[in-house]
Amino acid sequence: MTDLDHIRNFSIVAHIDHGKSTLADRLIQSTNTVSAREMKEQLLDAMDIERERGITIKANTVRIEYIADNGELYILNLIDTPGHVDFAYEVSRSMHAVEGSLLVVDSTQGVEAQTLANVYQAIDADHEIIPVLNKIDLPASEPQRVKEQIEDVIGIDASDALLVSAKSGLGIHETLEAICKRLPAPTGDRNAPLKAMLVDSWYDSYLGVVVLVRIMDGVMKKNDRVKFMRNGTVHQIDKIGVFRPAMQDVAELGPGEIGFITASIKQVRDTKVGDTITTEKKGTDKALPGFKPSIPVVFCGLFPVDSAEFEDLRDAIEKLALNDASFSYEMETSAALGFGFRCGFLGLLHLEVIRDRLEREYDIELITTAPSVVYHIYMKDGTMQELHNPADMPDLTYVDHIEEPRIKATIMVPDEYLGDVLKLCQDRRGIQLELTYAGTRPLVVYDLPLNEVVFDFYDRLKSVTKGYASFDYQLIGYREDNLVKMQVLVNDEPVDALSMMVHRDRAEMRGRAMCEKLKELIPRHMFKIPIQAAIGGKVIARETLSALRKDVTAKCYGGDATRKRKLLDKQKAGKKKMRQFGKVDIPQEAFISALKMDS
Amino acid sequence: MSEDWRQGGFGLYVHWPFCAAKCPYCDFNSHVARTIDHAAWRNAYAHELERSAAETPGRVLNAIFFGGGTPSLMEPEAVAAVIEAAGRYWTLANDLEVTLEANPGSVEAGRFAAYRDAGVNRVSMGIQALNDRDLARLGRIHSVAEARAAFDIARNCFDRVSFDLIYARQDQTLADWQAELTEALSMAIDHISLYQLTIEQGTAFGDRYNAGKLRGLPHDDLAADMYDATQDICGAHGMSRYEVSNHSRPGSESRHNLIYWHYGDYIGIGPGAHGRLTVGGNRYATEAPRNPQAWLDAVRKASGESERTALSGIEQAQEFLMMGLRLVEGVDPERFAALAGYPLPAKAVSELQDLGMLNVGKTNISVTDQGFNVLNAVLGALLAD
Ligand SMILES: Nc1nc2c(ncn2[C@@H]2O[C@H](COP(=O)(O)OP(=O)(O)O)[C@@H](O)[C@H]2O)c(=O)[nH]1
Ligand SMILES: C[S@@+](CC[C@H](N)C(=O)[O-])C[C@H]1O[C@@H](n2cnc3c(N)ncnc32)[C@H](O)[C@@H]1O
Ligand code: SF4
Ligand SMILES: [Mg+2]
Repeated sequence: MTDLDHIRNFSIVAHIDHGKSTLADRLIQSTNTVSAREMKEQLLDAMDIERERGITIKANTVRIEYIADNGELYILNLIDTPGHVDFAYEVSRSMHAVEGSLLVVDSTQGVEAQTLANVYQAIDADHEIIPVLNKIDLPASEPQRVKEQIEDVIGIDASDALLVSAKSGLGIHETLEAICKRLPAPTGDRNAPLKAMLVDSWYDSYLGVVVLVRIMDGVMKKNDRVKFMRNGTVHQIDKIGVFRPAMQDVAELGPGEIGFITASIKQVRDTKVGDTITTEKKGTDKALPGFKPSIPVVFCGLFPVDSAEFEDLRDAIEKLALNDASFSYEMETSAALGFGFRCGFLGLLHLEVIRDRLEREYDIELITTAPSVVYHIYMKDGTMQELHNPADMPDLTYVDHIEEPRIKATIMVPDEYLGDVLKLCQDRRGIQLELTYAGTRPLVVYDLPLNEVVFDFYDRLKSVTKGYASFDYQLIGYREDNLVKMQVLVNDEPVDALSMMVHRDRAEMRGRAMCEKLKELIPRHMFKIPIQAAIGGKVIARETLSALRKDVTAKCYGGDATRKRKLLDKQKAGKKKMRQFGKVDIPQEAFISALKMDS
Repeated sequence: MSEDWRQGGFGLYVHWPFCAAKCPYCDFNSHVARTIDHAAWRNAYAHELERSAAETPGRVLNAIFFGGGTPSLMEPEAVAAVIEAAGRYWTLANDLEVTLEANPGSVEAGRFAAYRDAGVNRVSMGIQALNDRDLARLGRIHSVAEARAAFDIARNCFDRVSFDLIYARQDQTLADWQAELTEALSMAIDHISLYQLTIEQGTAFGDRYNAGKLRGLPHDDLAADMYDATQDICGAHGMSRYEVSNHSRPGSESRHNLIYWHYGDYIGIGPGAHGRLTVGGNRYATEAPRNPQAWLDAVRKASGESERTALSGIEQAQEFLMMGLRLVEGVDPERFAALAGYPLPAKAVSELQDLGMLNVGKTNISVTDQGFNVLNAVLGALLAD
């Protein structure tokens, strides 16, 4: 137990690749929190996928002990938060568990869209913010310009910004001192009833559910019986400790401290982030305000390539869901793809991460159907239905109108690509809200339909700006528009997994693009195949895949009939990678590729 | 079922693995060797014949085929020894066919008479093209004039002479091929094999193709048009197709190759040779080491057979169908059912019939003209599961 004056809790906010993980590594290393032998890069990014993609998905925590220049020992708790927009909710929660932030900006790049989004969350959480200009070892570093930009664009004082090279270690000592001197100590009352914030929770295969807590008031000890106030469940604490960053048991956690507990909790779903934990007896009756739960905004179908693996997929999805309460799933059957699951995600990255984990950790090959957003379908009888899957679109005669989710997108881009970005946003039915300058860089804010963004907006943005744009968004609500369901018919049979919601004005264009793509993706068959896009009964685009003309082995290798049989086996293996619709075999990749737009 | 092979007959295939030069398109088991120990090869063939004969006593032999490689590089004595031994081990059919594949180089041409005296009664010559530019592109070491000369010698020695052409070559137009084929048919005697150029992995052409450097090959539609034109022209000359790539006057089909297509039994001896052999009520697929020296060594040790795999009824049925539907005459579906233990899938058959790919009769199923162009897809549909 440390007195409050010697505790500092903070997070690091940064745009991707500005050096957050590297800085965290340096702080951990220079305080000998981890022995040199155990030190590996990006210590806090634990999961494989996080490491590979260089992104942090779950909030990770580390407790650092630092003897400051004044000779006193400080306990510094760092919560490393995910930087990606999909996980904005997680960021905001973690922010409420700490009092200050290091605002890391790459001094060769300057402020980017994610810098803005994240720093505003820190400001919302009333943080004291220390600007850190990183990568000053690089010749392209322009600390003065970036300081001015921080002041202009974010509106915080950057005159005391720290000059750091997380790579070389320059300025790390100054950073540690600034954390102790400039960030506020937490407040709290050791003698008050226990009040702890449930910051995050996850499933550990050895320990079960691990709960990350921040103590506001009171003390938490091993064997305490604690109550989770939201639903009143009571658990006994089995294990209590801190992260260094490996788990280390402690006797107790007092006010201002951050640590973990385990308490024989079965599922992550039984814990609600933002919940208040108190003692069973003589507990507090004032719960913390709590957080809005994160809700899935992007849905898609996941089907096993090999339909015999459906049960394996179910097991795998259930296990993943144990650890990720933000991901939803329900069983889905598709005429084309058989049994699978309709899953909801926080965003596209979240979708990809989950899909990768299913394929990689559980070794299940998957077909992923086109991602869709959640539409609100207002019926003539006054009721509203949420539509997660275009295949479930109700009969139009009962539908009054349809609303779709809109986002506010913030894009920063070098001047030379501005025109292309504006065109892209315009093409995606965007409405310009702002066009200003952050220093010399244009900052564009658009109101865009989420459905135009989920699929490949980010890829397109990267490609039209050669990777120089940065992008962030937040949901701003639902709005009515002229939306229709477009069906695709292959050989006159509707393929449910390819149907999608589109804006009426863009339907012809999308339909044509889709038919052309499918024509390339579907192999020729013994007969010609019409490929059509239709709205209701009306065909709006059509292509014809001509019949296979030539597929015969010219010469027979003497008596080598085995070779012929192998050819047949190869043919069959190829067929396994396809799905049959009526008489037509459609390759799996068609379900995703056909939806990619080229403009 | 165990005597199913009788419906196809019994043949002997002898593989000679050497060539004077390796053609860039060819992935047959053929090798260029500096020296060949002819005596060793003669002994090895004799040994393998004796071993195979011991398993197949009392059979009637319908055909012998010397294939390659370039069997016209074999010493006529070696050819004679094989034929003579076959006569000792089996009862030779009255109409025994003995074919030898020959390259149309001048060296080999002088041996034709000796091969005839050894008992060869049919020659199949690899002429491949009737213009020198294309012969050169195919890496052939003979000219058109040499090929024609060799062919003339052959036809004076043998009643039955066939030759091979490769078409759908680089930069070949439909009109080019029509003209060349018409010229070829004016030379043809009773049989001709017309193969569309296939790019095989692991060959020089395969590598060039993968590197994007083999240009001017016809696209599917042109290849299909060439194939269709081939049928028209050959038909008009009384040399109709009887198999995907083989044409003959009625009754002059290659009897040896018909054994494969009728799914009979055949012994395969020599490097890389395949066989199908029914012994003790089971049908086996046999294989031999592909490397010539490895094969010789194996024979010296014990046997030139490196693998013998019993074929299930279903595998036999698949092979029967894949071979049999290559023939215009088609197959008896009862024979498929007897081998597989279940009939051909009725749904697939009727769908293929509706698409115009199959002629379906009570006791016979055959591929239509249209079906021949896409035979692999037809077989795939029939053998889907
Ligand atoms: N030259 C230089 N490179 C740095 C510095 N800090 C981080 N990097 C590099 O910048 C890249 C992104 O860093 P990382 O810490 O993963 O960024 P994050 O996405 O914000 O966590 C990595 O290649 C780091 O090695 C620095 O101070 N100087
Ligand atoms: C085993 S080869 C032997 C013939 C002999 N060695 C010769 O080349 O004259 C049989 C025939 O197969 C044909 N052939 C070989 N490779 C081929 C390919 N890649 N594509 C088409 N036909 C091929 C040629 O017509 C060749 O004559
Ligand atoms: S085509 Fe004939 S000559 Fe050429 S390598 Fe093949 S077997 Fe030998
Ligand atoms: Mg990182």
